[in-house]
Amino acid sequence: MSIFSPRTTGSVDPAEPLTTATGLPSHVDRSVHRGGRRGRRTGSRRIGSHVFLIILAIYFIVPIWWLVVASTKDTSGLFSSPAFWFDDNFAFFDNIAGLFSHQGGIYWRWLGNSFLYAFAGGIGATILAVLAGYGFAKYNFRGRNGVFTVILGSVMVPLTALVIPTFMLLSQYGIINTPWAVILPSLLSPFGVYLMRVYTQDAVPDEMLEAARIDGAGELRTFFQVALPLLRPAIVTVLLLSVVGTWNNFFLPLAVLTDPNLLPVTVGLNRWTALSNAGAGGEQVWNLITSGAFISVLPLILSFLFLQRYWQGGLSLGSIK
Amino acid sequence: MTTQTTTAPPPAAVGRSRAPRSGGSTLVRRRQRWGWLFVVPFLVVFALLLIFPLFYAFGMSLFTSTLATGTDFTGLANYGKAFTDPLFLEGMLRVLGFAVVMIPTQLLVALAAALVLDTLVSRLSKLSRLFIFVPYAIPGVIGALMWSFLYSPRFGPGATIFGAFGLPTPEFLAPDSIFGSLVNIVTWQWAGYYMVVIYAALRSIDPSIYEAARIDGANGWQTAIGIKVPMISSSMVMVVMFALIGTLQFFTEPVVLRSVAQGAIDAAYTPNMYAFSLAFSYSQFNYAAAIAFSLGALVFAGSFVFLFLTRKQSGLK
Repeated sequence: MSIFSPRTTGSVDPAEPLTTATGLPSHVDRSVHRGGRRGRRTGSRRIGSHVFLIILAIYFIVPIWWLVVASTKDTSGLFSSPAFWFDDNFAFFDNIAGLFSHQGGIYWRWLGNSFLYAFAGGIGATILAVLAGYGFAKYNFRGRNGVFTVILGSVMVPLTALVIPTFMLLSQYGIINTPWAVILPSLLSPFGVYLMRVYTQDAVPDEMLEAARIDGAGELRTFFQVALPLLRPAIVTVLLLSVVGTWNNFFLPLAVLTDPNLLPVTVGLNRWTALSNAGAGGEQVWNLITSGAFISVLPLILSFLFLQRYWQGGLSLGSIK
Repeated sequence: MTTQTTTAPPPAAVGRSRAPRSGGSTLVRRRQRWGWLFVVPFLVVFALLLIFPLFYAFGMSLFTSTLATGTDFTGLANYGKAFTDPLFLEGMLRVLGFAVVMIPTQLLVALAAALVLDTLVSRLSKLSRLFIFVPYAIPGVIGALMWSFLYSPRFGPGATIFGAFGLPTPEFLAPDSIFGSLVNIVTWQWAGYYMVVIYAALRSIDPSIYEAARIDGANGWQTAIGIKVPMISSSMVMVVMFALIGTLQFFTEPVVLRSVAQGAIDAAYTPNMYAFSLAFSYSQFNYAAAIAFSLGALVFAGSFVFLFLTRKQSGLK
């Protein structure tokens, strides 16, 4: 399991000389750098670095800016006005009205479906991952390492290779074209289990569990009252990652859902685009696609801004305590 | 798991097998079985939705069904067909091509941005970090949709931007340029995520090492290339592996762009698209299962080989 644990190489063992990888003199020991973080980062004077960053930032943000602008245009504005600036005609609210009227307001159904699938799948996946992570981290049961290795190896199994097999299996049991066809496969999150195990190992001291047991708490009570509160940051992270993962999924719902009323917003908008590209005037709803896309990413961007700590937490769980 | 509860081994046996870790008391042993209860709900889902479908698909891939003769067991014939099928092989080569171009591109952008960010502490650098990371929050489909508008000769800003320099507007969606256009979308979507992974690894390096390098007279570049990059190699290995797994499964972006670039992207552009169209356009489920299974096996083997080759960097023992 050390494959995924950056800590094995990311930090320097104080007992070892510092030479090998870095080419530094080996007599440097920890007492030298009592200066702490001073000298690590320089001030804001480096102009070249900042210019480089600004260019990168523009590249990454401009398409999103385009989406904001485009969501305020009607179809003729999309064709005629400059791509990166507003049209004279501010049509955002007309577009929202259009989303309510086009095909009986199916867009809002799609959005609701996305919420349902993402939260049902995400919450379920998180519960399973928290339980399993705790079991792997804090109990030394027989077969633990073998089972965990298999789970870890499954991170390398490409999920899309599973879509067609899953489709065939689910259609055997007649749950194709129902919400379950999306929710059930979304419960699977081997990476969530890995994150929870790594986090639980560090965040829940064995001594605390031992103390709770000595005080007469059963295993379940120890888990719920002692361990669970300590795991909160990791739980939020795993929940966020699995909710977003399900929300973003495209291949699975594309394969297992055909009823237009069940589609999540990602597949629905793609369907509108395909129709608009292929179809005649009546099916061209470019303005609804751009405004619909904008509205559908708003919850994601907002959660990104307000839960930034957790979006990044998942990435650094292994490397920073 | 139920069988274990019935067999309580004598204390001597416990002492031999378990003593070093758990103290050896039967009480502790019994308690360790609780671990199974915590793990089992996940394992059930894991077995039903990962292990079982894999076996099921493999089973299906061993059959061939035709309208004339029904379903027959044909052994590995579908695999023989797959690995001589030009559509599958071309798709495989194409995603390998994407891997060769796309992964270094993303990694370079991510690494450069992370190294620069690591040396700066300013409001502007924090904001840039946020901007570079934010495309990761956009679903792949929506990202591809956005770029399909930007690439479009009808809506896109191409004519304005290139016209300002007196250049002809490039055809982003033409067969010759679609490869680059797809690389751009994926880089835009994922480089920020990789940057944050690498950045987190950089932040976890003990800063005293830089102090020592400074005393030795190393400049910023030498510190970055000689110290920082080697020290975060395990994170880089992880990033490359995830990028590799993702790239070989390339699906969403070409599918979305296909509706605006019919001529440039065919139904078998990537192996995943090929399997999808076999299954859902032609109802050749057995052959589609063989393609999906072959792709899965190749990806698994590829990541395994990659991890083996980089075992020094990743710390894999």
